[in-house]
Amino acid sequence: MSKQIIVPFGPQHPILPEPIHLDLVLEDERVVDVIPSIGYIHRGFEKLVEKREFTEYTYIAERTCGICSFIHGATYCQGIEQIMNIEVPERAEYLRVIWSEFSRLHSHLLWLGCFADSFGFENLFMGAWKTRERVLDFMEETTGGRVIQGASKIGGVRRDISSGKLDQMVKDLDSLDHEMKELTTVFLHDDSIRHRLRNVGIISREDAYHLGAVGPTARGSGVAIDLRKSGYGAYDRLNVPVVTDSCGDCYSRCAVRAKELFTSTDLIRQAVTKIPDGPVDVKVTGAPDGEYFMRAEQPRGELVHYLKGNGTKFLVRSRIRTPTLTNIPPLIKMLQGCELADVPVIVLSIDPCISCTER
Amino acid sequence: MAFFEMVKTALRTVLQKPVTILYPAQAAKKTPLSRGHVTIDESRCISCGTCQRKCPAQAIVISKEAKTWQIDRLRCVVCNSCVDTCPVKCLFMDTQYSSPVTARSVEIVVITYVKPAKPEKKDEPT
Amino acid sequence: MTPEKQTTTNIDVGKLIGSVERFRNEGYRLVQIGCTKVGDLYEINYSFDKDYHFENIRIAVTADTEVPSISGMYWNSFVYENEMHDLFGIQVRGMNIDFKGTFIRTAVKFPFSMPPVTITKGDKP
Repeated sequence: MSKQIIVPFGPQHPILPEPIHLDLVLEDERVVDVIPSIGYIHRGFEKLVEKREFTEYTYIAERTCGICSFIHGATYCQGIEQIMNIEVPERAEYLRVIWSEFSRLHSHLLWLGCFADSFGFENLFMGAWKTRERVLDFMEETTGGRVIQGASKIGGVRRDISSGKLDQMVKDLDSLDHEMKELTTVFLHDDSIRHRLRNVGIISREDAYHLGAVGPTARGSGVAIDLRKSGYGAYDRLNVPVVTDSCGDCYSRCAVRAKELFTSTDLIRQAVTKIPDGPVDVKVTGAPDGEYFMRAEQPRGELVHYLKGNGTKFLVRSRIRTPTLTNIPPLIKMLQGCELADVPVIVLSIDPCISCTER
Repeated sequence: MAFFEMVKTALRTVLQKPVTILYPAQAAKKTPLSRGHVTIDESRCISCGTCQRKCPAQAIVISKEAKTWQIDRLRCVVCNSCVDTCPVKCLFMDTQYSSPVTARSVEIVVITYVKPAKPEKKDEPT
Repeated sequence: MTPEKQTTTNIDVGKLIGSVERFRNEGYRLVQIGCTKVGDLYEINYSFDKDYHFENIRIAVTADTEVPSISGMYWNSFVYENEMHDLFGIQVRGMNIDFKGTFIRTAVKFPFSMPPVTITKGDKP
């Protein structure tokens, strides 16, 4: 019977983008059990609802996370619009889709870079982030901010994109596609990377569904959940393919995200051909009275904003349930039985965004 | 067996010129819409206090008696809501980031707006 | 956009385990467990989803009621139940992994159970 030792992983680790702590129980290089611990970045966002009016809370909801910020703001605004029965103009819905898909592109390119860093391939890390700069440049040219966009408001969007700019952007997407194809070829076909990723961190389809995995973590095991198919925003008028892979290991999760890069550029092209002319916002009066669960698809999975108002300017409750919080139990299952050297690769393969988790 | 897939990309980037900018020796990339810092045209401000109420970070404080408008640059998140809601449009968003400081301080601007006098009431012709 | 149909059913604390077992047998997955403070009562929402069909059950408890844990049927519920305990002070009986208050470490214990902040005129920001 070998001795068990406990090795702490995090909260500061070179490959982690945000702090999370895992206590790894080891028996001779093999992980037997994992005890997670969060709370390093808890900022008490949900308590701020009592001090900021519901129109100002958009700015706070956006700053929950730096990587997926646009979708947090857009989901919050859509939730309030559902409670107050506000009809948002069509052009605003399509603009929200375009910015959401660019946000997804930037998040997946960031993840590909950090993932390459976790198995030591620095050159590929920098190559992914170089491509990401082009996406961030587009965000800055159209909204004014690279990371925090500030483009959503209750009743629509705050800025418009001219049709000349939209056409020029579609032409630029072709060269972006070419760069991303070169990048994903290295990830998916290089054998030295495949040796690190194949059969590492396997989770079966049943376990992924019942333990609550969402997003690419679930789609990499064959569970086809993608909230964009439920038709919120303008997604019910667009063709959204759901990308899945059946093996359930780190390579499948990487392949799902790499293929989603190309479905995102395709969705942007579809949205630009279908976008109608018109206003981009409506005037909003009154206060929300009622409750709603607004669900959306973030790059990491399913996001739920629960909002409850009682007719005053201040909301009663805003609860944000982010995908990483529900991907932590599958992570525990994946880590049991793996080698110590594979722990960074597996932790990064669920795409942990801890600042969202802890709000 | 496919190895060395990255070599082609790596050789090409070695032979190209670098994509990084030697900041701060070279200026940072800016677009016309970039949000840098908030500026005020003090001859137009009517001290209504809308920007103070709408600021989500509570960075702006207006004093009607002393006729000053002050902003804490480190609290401001450059969200643009004060610029959008100002009724006389005296606030503007500049594209340059505010420069780093070594101590917390507020920036105070004296308001020089003078309310135009009402036209004299003409006597009613009898 | 096509708005989602969402149903919310209010049930009693005693019937919680039975309803959750019904969802488990029909193949629903747990989406979230959330808590709201309304006056002196705490409303706890349990949300389930299957094929984009969303259902929600709700129980209303006071601060000292002991809520049974559903981790026997849904192993991943320990994340939400520990968070609920650390932020609101709700006692949950029988969690499979019990962090005993150390899951989310805050300076003030049970911060969200404090009464809501009221802003009076003249408060310094």
